[in-house]
Amino acid sequence: MASRVMWASRVASYLRISIFLGGFSTVIKDLKYSDTHEWVKVDGSSATIGITDHAQVIFIFWISEVVYVELPEVSATVAQGKGFGAVESVKATSDVNSPVSGEVVEVNSELTGSPGLINASPCIPRVDWTQQYTNGWIVKVKMGDTGELNSLMDSEQYSKFYEEEDAKH
Amino acid sequence: MHLRMTLAQARNVGLPCMNLLRMTAVPILEQLHLEERLLRTSVDNWCIVNDRTNRPTIVMGVSGRPSELIELESVLRDQIPVIKRFTGGGTVIVDDGTVFISFICNKNAIPGLQPYPHPIMSWTSQLYSEVLRGFGDFHLRENDYAFNSHKFGGNAQSIIKERWIHHTSFLWDYDIKNMEYLKLPTRAPKYRSARPHVNFLCRMKEYVPSKSMFIERTIKSLGSHFLVKPFELDDITTEPPYNLPHSTKLLTRQELEDAYSSQCENLR
Repeated sequence: MASRVMWASRVASYLRISIFLGGFSTVIKDLKYSDTHEWVKVDGSSATIGITDHAQVIFIFWISEVVYVELPEVSATVAQGKGFGAVESVKATSDVNSPVSGEVVEVNSELTGSPGLINASPCIPRVDWTQQYTNGWIVKVKMGDTGELNSLMDSEQYSKFYEEEDAKH
Repeated sequence: MHLRMTLAQARNVGLPCMNLLRMTAVPILEQLHLEERLLRTSVDNWCIVNDRTNRPTIVMGVSGRPSELIELESVLRDQIPVIKRFTGGGTVIVDDGTVFISFICNKNAIPGLQPYPHPIMSWTSQLYSEVLRGFGDFHLRENDYAFNSHKFGGNAQSIIKERWIHHTSFLWDYDIKNMEYLKLPTRAPKYRSARPHVNFLCRMKEYVPSKSMFIERTIKSLGSHFLVKPFELDDITTEPPYNLPHSTKLLTRQELEDAYSSQCENLR
């Protein structure tokens, strides 16, 4: 765990981003988070969306991998809190929900051939976990209402949220 | 007298309810549409039992590719329906020898159960281990139900925000000729060890005295965890299938022909 913290800190420094390490999952400080474990990187009215390290850790349960990502069509409309795609891990699918409403302007077609990009757990050493937040994005959305971002969590709130959620089980 | 509670009633106090829907020969496409709708729009827990389906049908998981998983030439020739379902997992061919049992639950329905793939798989395997006690050497082999190392039950799941579904197709009996429509999958459990279908699978009827016994014992076992309430299919209002990109769908003949043409091109 300590060596992972050091390694993560060095990578964060290289990428010039702040990170907050909670439990076994990594949370990036400059992003917003939904209660269904999606992250959002905001740039004006553009939102890049992916699933968090915690999501893939708890869903995939550390011993499996993502084998398929269902992507929406470009120009599809997405609504906050509603599913727009899915992730499959061996036998199970899980919805990916949109943290914001708007129009899909780009999808990460790399995920079609390499679904593992989304699956960057440090417990699977062959994949660099930082790819999840850089290459593992799923869609880019032109937001209809940037005010919706106020209902999302920041990194500290999200870390507290999933620790409380984990403690319930 | 009315103030006294029987032991059975006392035991049931505090158990969550589960609606039990028993069906016979409902087409698998209709069953899957119903399950997806109940998963996404109902707030109740459900157990769905469908004793057989009406015709041999191939059912792939959400990411299934026909060219990789099925023998397209014979499937097209014999007009075998091919479905892509909303849950993950592999490809099966189901028919009148298949028994389907599905659980749709709220994420907090079972105390202490984490609503993630492996805990759910483990919980269901414990339930069926109890059901099948004395009838064979039951195992959960990776994600399959098996007697020793012979698979008789295939599983798949979908987990959404507040609910999950775990559904199983049980091979009560099967026609080996139907298995020839399926290719050997490239993504297979390790315990399969590249065995062909005939050496990998087994028939439940060779282990369990009767289908009705298996179903009744499953329902009884459920009663340890839920207050089971019978439900009729007619009581569920008919609505259009839930429409998400990864919803269950029947592949068209054109889609299968396009896959076959593409496969032939690649072979040249």
